[in-house]
Amino acid sequence: MKLSIGAVVRGGSSLGYHTGTWRDRRPFLNLEKCKACGICEEVCPDGAVRKTQEAYQVDYLFCKGCGLCAKECPAKAIELVPEGK
Amino acid sequence: MPWEEVLEGSEAVALAIKACRPQVISAFPISPQTHIVERLARMVAEGELQAEYVRVESEFSAASVVSGASLAGSRAYTASSSQGLLLMTEVLYASAGMRLPFVMTGVNRTVSAPISIQVDHQDTISLRDCGVIQLYVESSQEAYDAHLAAFKVAEDPCVLLPVMVCMDGWILTHSYERVCFLSQEEVDRFLPPFKPPNYLDVENPKSWGSYAEEDVLMEFRYSVQKAMTCAKRIIRETWQEMAQLTGRNYGGLVEGYRIQDAEIILVAMGSVAGTVKEAVDQARESGQKVGLARIRCYRPFPHEELWEMIKGAKVVAVMDANFSMGSEGAIAMDLKAKLYGRPSAPLVVPFVAGLGGREVNTHAVLEIVKSARQCYESSIHPLEAQWVGLNAELLTE
Amino acid sequence: MGSPEKGKREELFVSGHRACPGCGMALAVRHILRATGRQVIVVTPTGCLETFTSPYGYSPWRVPWVHHLFENGPSVASGIAAALRMQKRDHIRVLVIAGDGATFDIGFGALSGMLERGEDVLYICVDNGAYMNTGGQRSAATPLYASTTTDPPGKLSSGKVQEKKDLPWIVAAHKVDYVATASVAFLADLRGKLKRAMEVRGPRYIQVDSPCPSGWGFASDLTLEVGRLGVNCGLIPLLEIRGGTLTRVRKITKRIPVEDYLRVQARFRHLFAPRRQQAELSRLQSLADEKIKTYGLLKG
Repeated sequence: MKLSIGAVVRGGSSLGYHTGTWRDRRPFLNLEKCKACGICEEVCPDGAVRKTQEAYQVDYLFCKGCGLCAKECPAKAIELVPEGK
Repeated sequence: MPWEEVLEGSEAVALAIKACRPQVISAFPISPQTHIVERLARMVAEGELQAEYVRVESEFSAASVVSGASLAGSRAYTASSSQGLLLMTEVLYASAGMRLPFVMTGVNRTVSAPISIQVDHQDTISLRDCGVIQLYVESSQEAYDAHLAAFKVAEDPCVLLPVMVCMDGWILTHSYERVCFLSQEEVDRFLPPFKPPNYLDVENPKSWGSYAEEDVLMEFRYSVQKAMTCAKRIIRETWQEMAQLTGRNYGGLVEGYRIQDAEIILVAMGSVAGTVKEAVDQARESGQKVGLARIRCYRPFPHEELWEMIKGAKVVAVMDANFSMGSEGAIAMDLKAKLYGRPSAPLVVPFVAGLGGREVNTHAVLEIVKSARQCYESSIHPLEAQWVGLNAELLTE
Repeated sequence: MGSPEKGKREELFVSGHRACPGCGMALAVRHILRATGRQVIVVTPTGCLETFTSPYGYSPWRVPWVHHLFENGPSVASGIAAALRMQKRDHIRVLVIAGDGATFDIGFGALSGMLERGEDVLYICVDNGAYMNTGGQRSAATPLYASTTTDPPGKLSSGKVQEKKDLPWIVAAHKVDYVATASVAFLADLRGKLKRAMEVRGPRYIQVDSPCPSGWGFASDLTLEVGRLGVNCGLIPLLEIRGGTLTRVRKITKRIPVEDYLRVQARFRHLFAPRRQQAELSRLQSLADEKIKTYGLLKG
């Protein structure tokens, strides 16, 4: 693709880079325990936890496996499991 | 209405800038540029110029403010000299790389150390690598004309680079000359409002200042070189358009003075050209076939135009008011590089003249002519530049 | 499970950026833009934030964004603000989001100039206490006795010998309307401060403590825990200063000794092993005690 003038880049284009490949463990969200408080969505540095109609969902394309959602969840509804299991 | 006035060179430049309707001006004072920015400040204070004037704490910030304004889509202007220009270096590299088309005046003054406020071209020459277009003027009239041309060139879609108009400090900025001015209507027709292809816009958010890996960085650099090459044509066309408008025709990127059948051609830039033209006239009167090729655009380097002018000459005497320590004067370097390999290129004899305000009078120029002739007649190809008027008695062994 | 809800709120700092897992700064930026909304232009000087958000072709910024140089964020922002006023587009607000290297050190002069001129710019320093982008060299924001690569502990040293530069008060001395300190561990407090800052014009400054798992040496899921410890021991007071006067503090709900904060970070490990450095630890505790007293950080 041709280079832009002055290396200008379209905003939001980072969605083309899937940081999910960085993970060595993934968060698993137990919907039964989830109280839909929204803290997981709030504390993800990558915006990789999204609100759904019922509760919340991890976007595994981008989740880096940092574990902040699991750590901060007051209901202890998120568990980190090794990637690939 | 167009008008004529006898006024200080700085004032002429300020009036040029005013006519171009910049929206943002920012500068830090430094002799000998200060009168320009003081004039502009007064115009803003009196409501004669609608612009935001940002009084910054350093030249680094001045260049940064105009870069920010340009990014946001405003026409912007700054000016500096000497130490201040050097302090702007990093900003100019970045802004050229980001293709920001602002205009600045480089009021020539030598650089420390030792400190001096007198004129030579070391300051602007030091910035020749960064991607900023450099125009050099001989007179206050040309300075006025060049600033108008500068905005037009900078904002051209195939250029989009900062443009610096270089003018000798004190000699041009602080002396009085009769200058002819265009009417505001004429300038508005010549220079329409700034319409950048990309600018900071919430409706269409973009990001500037990426880091580029080894797979694309060379191509980004090349695109600046490509813009410089395109600029040669744009600059030439812009001056042609200005000549139609003003009746003043300086030529293109190089002005030829009595070049036609010249055997010895001097190459110089800036206000010293006035003295050189006098010396050329004197030499002609005594029967010598001498001419001057005055470089009006130094970056991009107009080697094609120079070649057309000098190819018939026997010897070219290059007068550099700058020096790259450990090597050579810049014009001599650029010229010799582009002549190498051209069949029957004339002999180039390099001279360094006028550093730190050292006077270059007609006598000195005629000595340069004589020295160049001697080199030619004795088939001497000097590898080192001759420093004109150097006082050897002052030098330790 | 259901599909992701069509956002009521548009994410302005999207996924795909290359911050370290658990980066406090990235989390701060999501919430900064959440609070300001999309009518902003952001300037970021060179640093972690700039680097992890700007590989050519991949930008997470859904607002106009520029990285120019390292030391000129405040000046570029001033130019943008001036242009917006001239173009009558100044309903769009200008932010600088900068690291501590750019803010406390190399861009300090430009920052002071911006404040002195009264520029309409909200300057947010996302502070991780070192030049983290380049591996963790010391900055004026590095806390006392922290280990950095250019000021490491050794036979003759216990890490940084200077206290952290008190930049919020230096900024306040410029008599600007709004100065605040915040922490990424207290997001509602941060968003409240941003909203109040956005209500006024002129120069404003918010310094956000942004714990750094990679640089401070703790597991990536502890970012907010470490942030809370820093605030609760008193070393990171959360203040609001308006017109040069302290107007609000966030009281510490659960005070802890400074050691509890230091122990969980590898950058302070040398204070505990191979041998306990009591003099340094006492000095750090006194620092915290002093801040608690000066700012009235305890309830009652």
